[in-house]
Amino acid sequence: MSKDNHSKDQGSGLSRREFLKISGLSLSVPLLTGGRTLKISGENVTVYGPGKSPVALSVNGKTYKVELEPRVTLLDTLRQELDLTGAKRVCDGGTCGACTVIIDGKPVYSCSILAIDAQGKEITTVEAMMEGDRLHPIQQAFIDNDAQQCGFCTPGFVMAAQAFLREKPHPTPEEVKTGLGGNLCRCGTYMGIRAAIMQASKG
Amino acid sequence: MPDYRWPEREKRRLIGKRISRVDGPAKVSGKAKYTYDVKRPGMLYGKILRCPYAHAKILSIDASKAERMPGVKAVKVIQDPGTEIFWAGDEIVGVAAVDETTADDAIRSIEVQYEVLPHLVVDSDPSLAGDRLRPSAEEVKGNPERAFEESDVTAEGIYGTPVITHCCMESHGSISEWNEDKLLVHISTQAVSSISDAMAEALKIPAGNVRTKMDHMGGGFGSKFGPDRWGIETARISRLAGGKPVKIMLERDAELTVAGARPSAYARVKVSARKDGTILAWDSESWGTGGIGGGGRPPLPYVFDIPHQRIRHMSIINNIGSARAWRAPNHPQACLITMGALEDLANKLEMDPLDLVLKNIELTGRRSTVYEEEFLKAAELMGWKEKWHPRGDKTKGPVKRGLGLALHTWGGRGHGSNCDLTIHPDGTTDIKLGTQDLGTGTRTVITITAAETLGLPMSSINLMIGDSLFPVSGASGGSTTVGGVSSSTRRAALDALSQLFEKVAPALNAKPGDLEAVKGKIQVRKDPSRSLTWVEACKSLGGTPITVRGQNPGPGRLASSGVGGVQMADVSVDIETGVVKMNRMVAVQDCGLIINPKLAESQCYGGMIMGIGYALYEEKIMDPASGRMLNPNMEFYKLAGNGDIGELVVHMMNSDEHDGRGVIGLGEPPVISPGAAISNAVANAIGVRVPFLPLTPNRVLEALAS
Repeated sequence: MSKDNHSKDQGSGLSRREFLKISGLSLSVPLLTGGRTLKISGENVTVYGPGKSPVALSVNGKTYKVELEPRVTLLDTLRQELDLTGAKRVCDGGTCGACTVIIDGKPVYSCSILAIDAQGKEITTVEAMMEGDRLHPIQQAFIDNDAQQCGFCTPGFVMAAQAFLREKPHPTPEEVKTGLGGNLCRCGTYMGIRAAIMQASKG
Repeated sequence: MPDYRWPEREKRRLIGKRISRVDGPAKVSGKAKYTYDVKRPGMLYGKILRCPYAHAKILSIDASKAERMPGVKAVKVIQDPGTEIFWAGDEIVGVAAVDETTADDAIRSIEVQYEVLPHLVVDSDPSLAGDRLRPSAEEVKGNPERAFEESDVTAEGIYGTPVITHCCMESHGSISEWNEDKLLVHISTQAVSSISDAMAEALKIPAGNVRTKMDHMGGGFGSKFGPDRWGIETARISRLAGGKPVKIMLERDAELTVAGARPSAYARVKVSARKDGTILAWDSESWGTGGIGGGGRPPLPYVFDIPHQRIRHMSIINNIGSARAWRAPNHPQACLITMGALEDLANKLEMDPLDLVLKNIELTGRRSTVYEEEFLKAAELMGWKEKWHPRGDKTKGPVKRGLGLALHTWGGRGHGSNCDLTIHPDGTTDIKLGTQDLGTGTRTVITITAAETLGLPMSSINLMIGDSLFPVSGASGGSTTVGGVSSSTRRAALDALSQLFEKVAPALNAKPGDLEAVKGKIQVRKDPSRSLTWVEACKSLGGTPITVRGQNPGPGRLASSGVGGVQMADVSVDIETGVVKMNRMVAVQDCGLIINPKLAESQCYGGMIMGIGYALYEEKIMDPASGRMLNPNMEFYKLAGNGDIGELVVHMMNSDEHDGRGVIGLGEPPVISPGAAISNAVANAIGVRVPFLPLTPNRVLEALAS
């Protein structure tokens, strides 16, 4: 099942990522592929790794099969295995929102979920926002209101905006301030983003 | 020779219009490729082992386990045993492996022994710095001693702002690959044209053997001018790996620890005036750190040329990562110290600080009338006269409200820029510059300028930037890019047009000088019925394209320098919790001719927001015991979010007088005033000065308790 490349100890202490790996292991949700089922404390637990395991992901309506170590995040998988680089790695710790994707309709920080745990779910990335050459009204609103400068955080904002507007199609300006609070921008485009959300909400 | 001027205002078709940025669609769709997104065939992932100590000597390095690991393709000792290390986070060993997880494992397997040496990381108290102080010479103007004696009122205070980091969303990093002796570098940089030379110098290869490319970058703010040691080592590691592409992007903790530091600045200030508010004397003793190399020196007193002054400054040499230029280097610090001191003086004089600055506006020098106009406009937009109250909001309840103000200046003269413009016989137009888009909208500015000049739609301009093979253009720093590239592009387009007119004049039975390019046509100015379409005109080139190079600086007055701006802040402070809330901020800004108001306003909003960030949240917190940064992440190194900024109002000064000066850069000025304006607003609200930024709840509560 796995190429036993580096099964050695990963060093002492638990990083956030390591912790996620462990919490991933302890989940007893049924996973689609690759894992071994062990009985732990009387319960069936699916165990992955330590080497690479086959992982199947449904992204933008397409199924991708890749070989991954269990510790690899969904974000890194999207970017490095699937060449979907719209989601960006910035804080790598669930704070800034630059890696926001939509999973089963909910906005998720893709740096904070392991790829193996994203199996069986419908993942939507910014690459699916355009229909052919046609920009989504939210994207157009971002352009119209210059809700971007360097643009590195922009795809994450676009995804967060889409999830937010789906939840609240006609927000008040106050709701926009808090509703987009999970994404950070260093260039300072919040005024444009507020205006963009209000424009898109009217569309 | 063409007349190198900007078109008259009423004739401008694109310049001055609210045009959306041309790379907007790429950025909202995830199609824009940043260095972080580039994946080269056979690419390896690099990681760097960094020193955990602020001051140490490397005794030994054992990387043998890493070398034996399957998937590891290169291990490179960056600093050898025996080397003294001066800050935590410095590069020790680099590795390249087939994937990131393998590279991580390899880094963890490396064993380094250090001799730990004494360190200093604090900077707010010079008495702790011992022999790490580097005093500058005292500067005296006039007779400060006598002037203080002759003054009616003297205010004394302490002001300061800590080291903060750039926190670029796209961290520093690059991809290097060799093709025999040629090096290709993809790098996130503010200086595409000069990176190749810097890499070549470090690697001791001819500069012409290095090619640097970058399509988009995720922020720099002054921290991405050079290739940095990790960038150079990326090329060396690639060579070790047989020339395969090696990508090293800094992890967030390294980014915040070693790749961005704005020097701190603190000062004890004494400032005095006559009873009527005439400012007479200034005395300041300031200090700060930019790490082991020392820091910048705030230009004190800021903008106001106080007749009698004594200035002393000390650099504290300590063990934190080196300083880098941070948007408007040294100005925000100087502004905070000066405007804070003047607000304290106004308080002692029992004067409205707006009245105090207006009374002394002539001390601001040649832009004093602009500042006056700006203050009056800002006061109107803020409702200053209605809302301002003497220090200490006397209303009931724990939430106190206050207003503060500040002013700033910046140069912003366009940098050296070369623009190659080619008009092809098929009517297409290519433009090449070795510039880059920091997020300012460089592509848009160039396209607008070229299309306006050639009388063409923007969509017909084929612009290429971000490659060291293109003509050298300056680094994007100091608000110099828009002035530089718009000027070189304008000159190139005017020259190209002049050559085209020569070619088509006979066909229109006119002199070249009688022609103009308007709405996709070349026509006789006085008889527009005699015209050729652009495509017909280009056919007359007879198969040979026109290529010209426009330069900046150059003939004509297209750009100048020197802007002023003022800002006012309206805050609420909860004196029970110490939490400061931004209600509203007003910026009134001058920047010469505005190519695109939409982008110019974005620069102002961005500067104000970044300013709110350092005023309220940002601080590189160093642990005196371990010598490490305690918040090298985005959870505890806090940036302002959408809910933290209140309402922002931007008013651009755009009269004929401003417009007539030509293009002046705008990136830095709006980030200078917020710290001072917000600090002053908090003092106005709660009745006491909170000496140091950021104005965190505990600092506010401490100030209230004293």
